[in-house]
Amino acid sequence: MASATELPQQAGWLEERLGLASIRAFLAHKTVPVHAQTLWYYFGGITLFLFVIQVVTGTLLLLYYRPSPAEAYESVQFIMTRVQFGWLIRSIHSWSANLMILSAFIHMFSVVFLRSFRRPRELTWLSGIALLGLALAFGFSGYLLPWNTISYFATKVGTDMAAAVPVIGHNLARFLRGGNDVGGATLTRFFGFHVAVLPGITTLLLLTHLALVQKHGMSSPPRAVEEYSCKGLPIPQMPFFPNFFLRELMAWYGALGVLGSLAAIFPWELGVKADPFAPAPAGIRPEWYFLAPFYTLKLIPSHVWVFEGELLGLLGFGLLALWWVALPFWAVNRQGVERTRWVTGAGVALLAYLTAFSALGYWR
Amino acid sequence: MLAFLFAATAAADSCLECHSVLEGKLQAPAKAFANDIHARFGFGCADCHGGNRNETDPEAAMSKASGFVGKIPRTAIPERCAHCHSNAALMEKHKPRQRVDQMAQYRTSVHGKRLASGDAKAATCIDCHSVHDIREVKDPLSPVHPLRLPETCARCHADPAYMAGYKLPTDQFASYRKSVHWEALAKRGDLSAPSCASCHGNHGAQPPEVASVAAVCGTCHVMMEDLYKKSPHEPVFAAMGAAGCVVCHSNHEIRPPNAGMLAGPNAVCSQCQDATSKGGIAAAEMGQQIISLEMALARSDQILANAQQSGMEVSEALLRQREGRENLVKAAVAVHAFQTAAVQKPVKEGLAIAAETYQAGASALQERRTRRMGLSVSLIAIAITMLGLRLAIRSIEGRTTKA
Repeated sequence: MASATELPQQAGWLEERLGLASIRAFLAHKTVPVHAQTLWYYFGGITLFLFVIQVVTGTLLLLYYRPSPAEAYESVQFIMTRVQFGWLIRSIHSWSANLMILSAFIHMFSVVFLRSFRRPRELTWLSGIALLGLALAFGFSGYLLPWNTISYFATKVGTDMAAAVPVIGHNLARFLRGGNDVGGATLTRFFGFHVAVLPGITTLLLLTHLALVQKHGMSSPPRAVEEYSCKGLPIPQMPFFPNFFLRELMAWYGALGVLGSLAAIFPWELGVKADPFAPAPAGIRPEWYFLAPFYTLKLIPSHVWVFEGELLGLLGFGLLALWWVALPFWAVNRQGVERTRWVTGAGVALLAYLTAFSALGYWR
Repeated sequence: MLAFLFAATAAADSCLECHSVLEGKLQAPAKAFANDIHARFGFGCADCHGGNRNETDPEAAMSKASGFVGKIPRTAIPERCAHCHSNAALMEKHKPRQRVDQMAQYRTSVHGKRLASGDAKAATCIDCHSVHDIREVKDPLSPVHPLRLPETCARCHADPAYMAGYKLPTDQFASYRKSVHWEALAKRGDLSAPSCASCHGNHGAQPPEVASVAAVCGTCHVMMEDLYKKSPHEPVFAAMGAAGCVVCHSNHEIRPPNAGMLAGPNAVCSQCQDATSKGGIAAAEMGQQIISLEMALARSDQILANAQQSGMEVSEALLRQREGRENLVKAAVAVHAFQTAAVQKPVKEGLAIAAETYQAGASALQERRTRRMGLSVSLIAIAITMLGLRLAIRSIEGRTTKA
């Protein structure tokens, strides 16, 4: 019987043209550390899998979607009621977007708690954080596209926040909206961002992120390395192909099952068509992943001393984001000693803040 | 700066200056006048009461020589207001779009006629518009703002002691507060909903005569009036001296119409028509048609709500359902022709829509079942694949361990 890395004879034709031997050799040598926390490695792959689903379902939606205030809502309605399995494609697109962001957050926190961001993986961390930012931008731009009441007013609130940014706020809001207010120009613009600009940047960054992961390999958590080194053993390794790959495939199937169940049992709602002249309905709030900053801004008084509350809030979020992005650089002191407690404390505090304030923003 | 000081000095009003430091009844008008619409346009006490506002000596300011008349007798109030409000040239300067025929209308009103006959209890301008703090009609604090007008009329008309001697009932306001019109005005805040003045007039207030009731109601309910005038009821009611719409709907206590008014134990038709008579049978038939449409639409509402709660997209059917409800309204309007054929047409159209929307709801629920079945099959397939992968991993790792 041929080994898993042996190429069948019939594939000789491809071998001659593509030089698959080098890929085989790479796969044969690539390994994944095995320890109590190996489970968390799967979330990077699950995020990638959900991104691929986003691309496929998004492309299918593009066949029918029309990005204009007069037709956007009706075209989504058409997709959901007239197109064969249109409801499923749209529901999967919406649910997988949310699951992808959730999975990306889990991946980020697992990287923090397993210390995978350490030297020489600083650029992997930075590219990953940028990818999370892009995922949030995908969510924000895609939310408006069905042109329903909730998405319209949530976009108004979101772009109003952008307007509060010091110095560039006014121009930033105008750039996002394509005018002074949310309207047809905003919809066209958001559509352009969502289907062209963001996917382009994301693809480049994703390839960079994956290339960096391949270059540096999977990081082993310091605690696991220490445990094995105490026994005088190296940390056990599992071949990436096929052992880890098949396990990852199982995780993808699991994610597909969850995604399909959510889409079939809780189809994504279409809501009521946006009416720019109608008053904003009560209880307008953004998607769950923006709830924590949204609720925080609501709690800040309109004026704190001589500063505008919203401005102060945005400034705080900006500094917090900058501090978080720079994590690999402050996680080690000048003597090269890791600030383990600081990193764990910061991770736990951020996780607790995001969970608590998202829940408060949802229920209040 | 000098010009400002000069202007400020010139605008001083000695009446307000003195009365604002007095007490009680003598101070109240000066304090209230700050909110008065007339103050905003530069009018002062002297414009109604006479006297000289520029004179600082009270004796001289309120002297007969300066035209001071003091408190205006009630019977003279309308003429005093009309002095300006019937002056087209003057009103043109301050309120160009305001009418100037209020006094002419008032003279034709029951209030105006009673006042002219010497009844000082009859309502004058200040009884409705208040005095010294007169506000624009659109000001929510004005007693004649649409939302406050019924209470203003009720101050006199719901007071049995005040109305004693006029042989008028005093339950109109209580009845009105049970009506569909009050509900629209007070509960839904619909400022266009009818209140007292909408039917009785404001400055020319008087009860609509029996013959003109349909015309008064028809001001808003145009189609009903049109159908009623062509109906067999119109000549009969006219001959009976019955007041058109009021016969079935009453006057102040107008309740939301329903099919029960046509047939059943509380049917208004049965007041005149025997159940076995031609008219009684027609009324029952019209009532039955409307009830059948109501029930069909309610059935569709229920199934569509059920489908919507399950996350099914039924917005098109819900939109069609609205058209069905419009047919129900058309059928209720068509009742005023008092012919079964007129009611039958919108009912038939409405029933067709209700059947269509019910089918849409049923299809949505069927689709939901199909989706869940598809999901179950997919989940089984996914579980089998995962199990296969697990076995494959175990097999590969088993071989590696042996090797």
